[in-house]
Amino acid sequence: MSEKRLMVDIRGAEKDFGIVMALKGVNLTVDEGEVVLIIGPSGSGKSTLLRSINRLEALTGGQIFVDGDPLVGPEADIRKIREETGMVFQDFNLFPHKTALENISMAPMKVKGKTPEEARAKARELLKRVGLEDREKSYPGQLSGGQKQRVAIARALAMEPKVMLFDEPTSALDPEMVKEVLDVMLDLAQEGMTMMVVSHEMGFARAAADRVVFMDEGEIVEIAPPDVIFDHAEEERTKKFLKHIL
Amino acid sequence: MAPLEKQGGTRIDVTDGALLPTRGDGRIIDSWRITIAFAILALLTLLFITKDPYDQIFRVVIKGAPLTFGVTAGAILGSIILGLFTGLGQIARGRVLNLIAGVYVELIRGIPLLVQLIFIYFALGKFFHLDGLPAAIIALSICYGAYMGEIFRAGIQAIPKGQMEAALALGMTRGQAMRLIILPQTMKIIIPAIGNEFIAMLKDSSLVSVIALRDILRRGREHVSRTFLSLETYAVVALVYLVITLILSKMVATMEDRMNKHE
Repeated sequence: MSEKRLMVDIRGAEKDFGIVMALKGVNLTVDEGEVVLIIGPSGSGKSTLLRSINRLEALTGGQIFVDGDPLVGPEADIRKIREETGMVFQDFNLFPHKTALENISMAPMKVKGKTPEEARAKARELLKRVGLEDREKSYPGQLSGGQKQRVAIARALAMEPKVMLFDEPTSALDPEMVKEVLDVMLDLAQEGMTMMVVSHEMGFARAAADRVVFMDEGEIVEIAPPDVIFDHAEEERTKKFLKHIL
Repeated sequence: MAPLEKQGGTRIDVTDGALLPTRGDGRIIDSWRITIAFAILALLTLLFITKDPYDQIFRVVIKGAPLTFGVTAGAILGSIILGLFTGLGQIARGRVLNLIAGVYVELIRGIPLLVQLIFIYFALGKFFHLDGLPAAIIALSICYGAYMGEIFRAGIQAIPKGQMEAALALGMTRGQAMRLIILPQTMKIIIPAIGNEFIAMLKDSSLVSVIALRDILRRGREHVSRTFLSLETYAVVALVYLVITLILSKMVATMEDRMNKHE
């Protein structure tokens, strides 16, 4: 088996918010094509960690490499890293004044310099992939939560990222809409996308995750494959937390 | 003092301008109806029943209307441009920009409009030898730019933080995100507030009469100095302003209603 490429390399990541230390020196590597689920109680630093990778939160210590490119320091090129990392938010954050198609085609045109024809063709292809080919002219206000999140995933994919970051992608959804979003994510995982997902969707974890990371109080407590961590967690804190959510 | 509501329920309180009658507020719309009925009735009675000297006064005074509207429209445009930069300056991450915008707003807020107008008019005249009309437009733009800046700042800050984050996460620069994502949404929610400023500006434009521009009020004052019909003349001037302002208020309110309906 050939050596896997290191896609995300987090080294000693620290984030000091002043009142709390959200990240206390986190080390984590994610290989190309790997799906990593990050779980933990609220305030454990899991979202902060994810948001540090494209510098929506600036680290106060440590370093992160995305496909070898540093996030911090004089050689850091934040726009390159942001082009290479797609992000999906809990609240979708679609642009309400743009149609579904425009939401998806905008960044490839403005950031990557794609022609409108190229960008729109790609956007239509992505809409089809997330099962919304008939909604290209809809504004976000006319879409359900699940549809919005699928458009948001398509929007992130349009930049052809090397890594996809999902920050609680199903937490704001009504229960009946969770599945349609998870199905899209599952497809993506099976196609070999490198994914980091902050979520407590155990079904998704068992079906798609290679490893599950349990975080608490700004630290990684335990990392293990889903079946191991859910059924035979080693650490007391992990067991206690899992008992609450399972 | 009409609180303007934007989508999602965030309020932008506008401290100046007319009371805007919206459909949801029966109290205001009733008082609007009574006032406009009174104003139009009074004006028509004076013009067509009493006639002399009011028809003569009206013909003189109304000649100032194009100038009043011209100054107002020009100054609104100027203050929107100035307000945009002031608002951006207030929220910019650069300390120097914050300070420049902040000091400008404080200065303007601390000096009466009439004093500012006269000062800027004469200062501009001394250094640039401008005509009365452009000088008045620039002066009013500077005065109103500060308030417009506050409207832009409030409007920009009313856009959820996630919008900027989503744009940045897609690789856009801050400038692109502001121009393509934040400002278009801001414009939509501040249009009623700008309409409100337009009405306030139309009234305040009467101050330019002190710097020799022949607007509605100035025409009236000139007429008084010729005929000594002060009470009659100023009654017509007041009624003309009142009718214009009330009609504009209604237009702004209707526009706001329509926009809310399209949400």
